[in-house]
Amino acid sequence: MLFTSYEFLLFLLIVFVIYYLIPSKWQWAFLLVASYVFYAIASPLYLIFISVTGVTVYLAAVLMEDKSNKNAQYFKSVKASLTREERKALKSRQKRKVRNIFLASLLLNLGILAVLKYANFTIVNINAMLRTFGSNARLGRVDLILPMGISFYTFQAVSYLIDVYNGRVKAQRNPFRLMLFVSFFPQLVQGPISRYGDLSQTLYGPHKADKKNITFGLQRILWGFFKKLVIADRILPGVKAIIAHPGKYDGEFAFIGMLFYALELYADFTGGIDITIGTAEVLGIRVQENFIRPYFSKSIKEYWKRWHISMGNWFTDYVFYPLSVSHALQKLGRWSRKHLGNAVGKRVPVYLASFLVWLATGIWHGAAWNFVAWGLGNFVIIMISQELEPLYLKFHESTHVEGKSWWKAIQILRTFLIMSCLRMFDCYRDVPLTFKMFGSMFTDFHITDLNASNFLSLGLGGFDYLVLAIAVILLFSVSMIQRSGSVREKIAARPYPVQCLIWAGLFLAVILLGAYSVGYDASQFIYNQF
Amino acid sequence: MNKKSKQKKGKVIFTACFLICLLLVLWCLQRLVEPKYMGSVVEGAMIPEYYSAEKNNEVVFIGDCELYENISTVELWKKYGISSYTRGSAQQLIWQSYYLAEETLKYEHPKAIVFNVLSMKYSKPQREAYNRMTLDGMRWSPSKVKSILASETDGEHLIEYVFPLLRYHSRISSLTSDDFKYFSHRKKVTFNGYYMRVDTRAAKNVPKGIPLTDYSFGKSDWKYLDKLRTLCEKNGTELILVKAPTLYPAWYDEWDEQIQNYADKYGLSYYNFLKDQDEIGLDYSTDTYDRGLHLNLSGAEKMADYFGNILQTDHGCVSQKGDKKLDRYWDKVTSRYEAEKERQYRNLKKYGNIRGEKK
Repeated sequence: MLFTSYEFLLFLLIVFVIYYLIPSKWQWAFLLVASYVFYAIASPLYLIFISVTGVTVYLAAVLMEDKSNKNAQYFKSVKASLTREERKALKSRQKRKVRNIFLASLLLNLGILAVLKYANFTIVNINAMLRTFGSNARLGRVDLILPMGISFYTFQAVSYLIDVYNGRVKAQRNPFRLMLFVSFFPQLVQGPISRYGDLSQTLYGPHKADKKNITFGLQRILWGFFKKLVIADRILPGVKAIIAHPGKYDGEFAFIGMLFYALELYADFTGGIDITIGTAEVLGIRVQENFIRPYFSKSIKEYWKRWHISMGNWFTDYVFYPLSVSHALQKLGRWSRKHLGNAVGKRVPVYLASFLVWLATGIWHGAAWNFVAWGLGNFVIIMISQELEPLYLKFHESTHVEGKSWWKAIQILRTFLIMSCLRMFDCYRDVPLTFKMFGSMFTDFHITDLNASNFLSLGLGGFDYLVLAIAVILLFSVSMIQRSGSVREKIAARPYPVQCLIWAGLFLAVILLGAYSVGYDASQFIYNQF
Repeated sequence: MNKKSKQKKGKVIFTACFLICLLLVLWCLQRLVEPKYMGSVVEGAMIPEYYSAEKNNEVVFIGDCELYENISTVELWKKYGISSYTRGSAQQLIWQSYYLAEETLKYEHPKAIVFNVLSMKYSKPQREAYNRMTLDGMRWSPSKVKSILASETDGEHLIEYVFPLLRYHSRISSLTSDDFKYFSHRKKVTFNGYYMRVDTRAAKNVPKGIPLTDYSFGKSDWKYLDKLRTLCEKNGTELILVKAPTLYPAWYDEWDEQIQNYADKYGLSYYNFLKDQDEIGLDYSTDTYDRGLHLNLSGAEKMADYFGNILQTDHGCVSQKGDKKLDRYWDKVTSRYEAEKERQYRNLKKYGNIRGEKK
């Protein structure tokens, strides 16, 4: 069920009405049922996978917590009678047992994700290797289903498991409540990847129908629809035309395609997240923001703190930090400092951890080499910019440009272009072709070919460009206003007739200018596939 | 009443007024972007015309272009005094015909319903554009809802029929002067369902029917034909099956046999006019405007002359002339018919086409 389908709107309406009609103590249970219905509509078979994740993570967390408690009690009772070494050995034994439960559940859930998502990718690459070495042996592809949003809910469940293991959150004792955390329908499709500690604060209610929550939530949903239908889906034919015909649209149009895709992806993904957060808001549930005006970032590092925040934080907290402090990397650090010197040596474990994180981030996005290349591209650029940091500092000190508006604008533009270039891997989905098209932007750029007839050949009419131009100005203006606080709060502070006019205008824009219904190539949300 | 409650009351009144205005804007936008079917494609304007027509017909024709272009209802009135109406639309599918018949029988009880059997060849929904031309013009009723649900192709939704703005909003970028001209009213494009063309394009090199692997009609076709038969029986209306005379699309002998067997089985009349073309006097060098696909006025009048006689002699249709109300109504239709005929001939002579488009 697509967020922008009539079925979803009807589903939302039913959920909202029932949610506030039933006794508030049952609201969370109703949300679980609604989430399972939502998921079953996509495919009843998917329910098996999400239930397995929910149940195993629930059991593992409860077992780990019980075991830890028992261990602690036992340790307390025998502590006095043990020597220091015996106490240490006992603690280690106890920890190992808990870790075994943790690892079993972790491996099971990540294993399901790995098999379903990456089995064929692995098989294809093994076959390619066999071919390279002259072998005629081939592995057959496997026909597996890929449950909707599996990457999102698996990561969310795993984050809970890790948090319980590390004692950051208490294990949820009600299996159904935990299953709601794993399957909460607004964020099933494309995230964000919520943390149990955050989401559980409001997820289980009770919630009374709050006028502000409901109106603000609906407004956010409407804004999400505007971004998705008026911008992302309207520009989609242009993006598709450029990507589908790289021979025809290279050079200057590869550059245009890159910009178009940057706009499409932003409007599509943030639009979807707006619908998610807005839906949760109507239900009185707070979902963490996933974007903070990322295209206004002045560096790649900053960009990744503002784009797909929940994913970035997940990899930082659950991959990068544990790796950095792992025994193996600590050892490597000591070795590299000894053999390569302090300056280089101290970087080795950090850069290796960073490399692994970006490799994993790339693979998480999809089972294809273009995503691997995209992830590693990010790694390379972040490392380069980190290495060049002293140079930047010197430059800033000598030129005094730091803090000046025009310099900020250059930094923003630079970051935007670098990230857009990296995204070409995602666009063309073919690594050599991406490099070729990237190169063509420098070797085959003919500004005179950027004329009206060529733009119109992309499957977009003059009206489409006009709508897009106005929508982008609106998007930009909203982002500028957001710098000083919530736009909805600002609108709510205006006289009531002005508020009505603004939201009615947005509603009419979605109805009239949205690229939906027969005649438009209705597009799934890009992040659905992850 | 204190200040706060006054303010609250004012807000409620403002909200109500604002919502009414918003609905009005949406309605106006919907009217604006809906296709008007007043230009070169008029087929979408035919179905709604029925509601303003006189409802005391002896015969109602239900089917596709083979009916609304091939039988002149005005000629039937003029020559036989038979008041008839053609509830036709382009590529009308059998379930759409059934639901139109169901709806028609709520307005009137004709002596006979004539159904053109060509649509038996379509057992699945075909194209959204044709669905729209048939369904958009129907008044809201359970028949319309059922017809929509039976006709939906991929991507079609009932809600887009309820609120056509959701379907046609993309036309906002391609509005024409017709959209403003026909915003509040539409001109009539048929004469009691008959769509007139006076021009001629002789039939040449008629394409032969491609042999099919299976000539059986689909289950849903038989289901709706059964429903149509039962509906007519229940309402005391005779169901007459016809195959209009057109040179193509092909009407296979195997299809003809199935219909004939069905008619025999249930005691229905079935006329395959393809077999009676000489008797009707059809000449495809003068009686068609598109090389044998549809008849022109000359052909449609010949057809009406021929079929009117059958309706009177074999099906008990009587002349209704003398009924003052009907006479007055048909006088208007006939004068419009004659004026249109004259206009088309004039344009044909002056511009070489019936629309009067300058070359």
